[in-house]
Amino acid sequence: MRSVSGENLVQLLTPEGTRVAGPYGEWVADIDGARLQGLYEDMVVVRRIDQEATALQRQGELALWPPLLGQEAAQIGSGRALRKDDFVFSSYRENGVAYCRGADYTDMIRVWRGNAPSGWDPYEINMATPQVIIGAQTLHATGYAMATKLDGADSVAVAYFGDGATSQGDVNEAMVFAASFQAPVVFFCQNNQWAISEPVTLQAQRDIADRAPGFGIPSLRVDGNDVLACMAVTREALERARNGGGPSFIEAVTYRMGPHTTADDPTRYRDPNELEDWKRRDPIDRLGKLLEAEGLLAGDFTDRVNAKADEAAGQLRQGCVTLPEPGELDVFNNVYTTQHSVLERQRDHYSRYLASFEAAGGGTQ
Amino acid sequence: MSTMTFGRAINTGLRKAMEHDSKVVLIGEDIGKLGGVFRITDELQKDFGAHRVIDAPLAESAILGTAVGMAYRGYRPVCEIQFDGFIYPAFNQIVSQVAKLHYRTQGRVKMPLTIRVPFGGGIGAAEHHSESPEAYFMHTSGLRVISVSNPQDAFAMIQQAIACDDPVLFFEPKRRYHVKGEVDEEVDLGSFSLEQARVEIPGEDVTLVAYGALVQVAKDAALAAREEGISVEVIDLRSLSPLDFATLEASVRKTGRLVITHEAAMTGGLGAEVAASITERCFYHLEHAPVRVTGFDIPYPPAKMEHHHLPDLDRILDGVDRVLGRTNSLSGLEGN
Repeated sequence: MRSVSGENLVQLLTPEGTRVAGPYGEWVADIDGARLQGLYEDMVVVRRIDQEATALQRQGELALWPPLLGQEAAQIGSGRALRKDDFVFSSYRENGVAYCRGADYTDMIRVWRGNAPSGWDPYEINMATPQVIIGAQTLHATGYAMATKLDGADSVAVAYFGDGATSQGDVNEAMVFAASFQAPVVFFCQNNQWAISEPVTLQAQRDIADRAPGFGIPSLRVDGNDVLACMAVTREALERARNGGGPSFIEAVTYRMGPHTTADDPTRYRDPNELEDWKRRDPIDRLGKLLEAEGLLAGDFTDRVNAKADEAAGQLRQGCVTLPEPGELDVFNNVYTTQHSVLERQRDHYSRYLASFEAAGGGTQ
Repeated sequence: MSTMTFGRAINTGLRKAMEHDSKVVLIGEDIGKLGGVFRITDELQKDFGAHRVIDAPLAESAILGTAVGMAYRGYRPVCEIQFDGFIYPAFNQIVSQVAKLHYRTQGRVKMPLTIRVPFGGGIGAAEHHSESPEAYFMHTSGLRVISVSNPQDAFAMIQQAIACDDPVLFFEPKRRYHVKGEVDEEVDLGSFSLEQARVEIPGEDVTLVAYGALVQVAKDAALAAREEGISVEVIDLRSLSPLDFATLEASVRKTGRLVITHEAAMTGGLGAEVAASITERCFYHLEHAPVRVTGFDIPYPPAKMEHHHLPDLDRILDGVDRVLGRTNSLSGLEGN
């Protein structure tokens, strides 16, 4: 396992819950008291949503779910650093970021239930529809950033992707373009150590963060389970982009505590000791310890947080099981923005086919 | 009305599109300073700026992928793929993203990209420079596929393609880039639909369907056939997806005989789709099975051999003879 601690990892909150000073501390000097509690609440709620979705899948209400268990700090820390007008291009696992953007719970699971090809409206929450083609979104983020620059705006495009994705050509091409055009894009890599069953050591012989400087992009490694550090480095990267300083690369070192998706069985390829090891670095526990030490984890706060988490889970479940079934001819919708004569004929013929079952005594042509 | 080359007609159409809409941005390799290896984007960077005519690093997937991102932000990118054979690194972005995003986002995100591709052979080029990949894209739902055959269509339809909110693959027959033709720059663009074929030469006996570079060859074949008393109706498909079946059916109902010709390989090519669909729609009007005159199922051959592969006037006339039941090269074989 590659180094998950040490010299080159930005950290502001230890696994033991101690807030440490460091050069990046300045970036989150404003995060104390209520703001710390807010981040804790975010992570607890997001974990609860994630667990509820996993349960819904096991109960047959969702066809599939990709859990983000263990990656809450990376997603909440970075997600809460973004401005409303920044734009996110993520993989299929960033429901924590979607939560920060204000995605509706039902929209988070719509596609996993199979009722629709996507959930949220990208322009309502400024987050692209999740990407299943590994790494493809890094090019989209770079292009969006190039267009933002053309507009003379100072918003930033943020690409979320995993360690496995960095082997894809598209991710490397994205860095070439981002550097050549000094695009205001942040490449946020969650190195969760695993790409399904393939360890990160198969994808990279050096730290993943070492690649970006080769493209001319400033890069760093951050403790991905440290919500304060993740926020700090993201804030820095965003400001660099907003001020015309171009792209940045962040490797958030974290751990995929769950399976790749609910269809995966990590016991077939992972050492169980590894999971135990990472549980000691849990992102929520460590913030809980800090809050407790600062007297911010009092009873009514935790009650409120748990109530909110339960409510979110309830809304997710309710939204999921009450999703209306798609219409029979919905499969033909939105293939084109206008009529396409060949497709329209196919829709018409299928409609007649369906109608033929309704005709009494069997259909006729 | 002026006379200009095919290439200059596209250049002029691009210029008009860029003047008309500030969201139109060109991106491709060597399109800026050089004006494109075929000079199709000549002088556009000088006039519109490097921010709107972008020389891209050498990465086709990124050219398309960043265009997707630009479209997300409301731009109307026009991507140039330098040569047909280089489109494949971009295939994933085109098929998985460009073609599907409107569907996937249930209509919220539009992909109004135009992807310009010089295609086809007959220029004695090195390998991978003479491909005809249009069938892969015609088979991909969500894309529109256009192939123009003459300067007037090129001028008008590149603008229509750019204005269209659907992604359009715009195949330009590179061996025709130097050919001159009349272009009316004031023409009503609305009369150049992205879904309509055109009857180039009306006829009564045989329907001959072509697109791209072979439209001219088909017209030459029709003129030659006329000298033998055969009246060939030549149809320029122009739109490969969707195919204009209204025009095709009207023609085949009249002639009862269909020949389709294309440079691309026979198996799974456009000719197969036209033949199958027309057979379904016009079976009782057909006097003979449809005939396809196409490239062989081979990789595009070296320059000294390409004339065997590319359908020419004589091979097309052989196909016309076949569909008429006249003596032809396959007489006595397979029911001919």
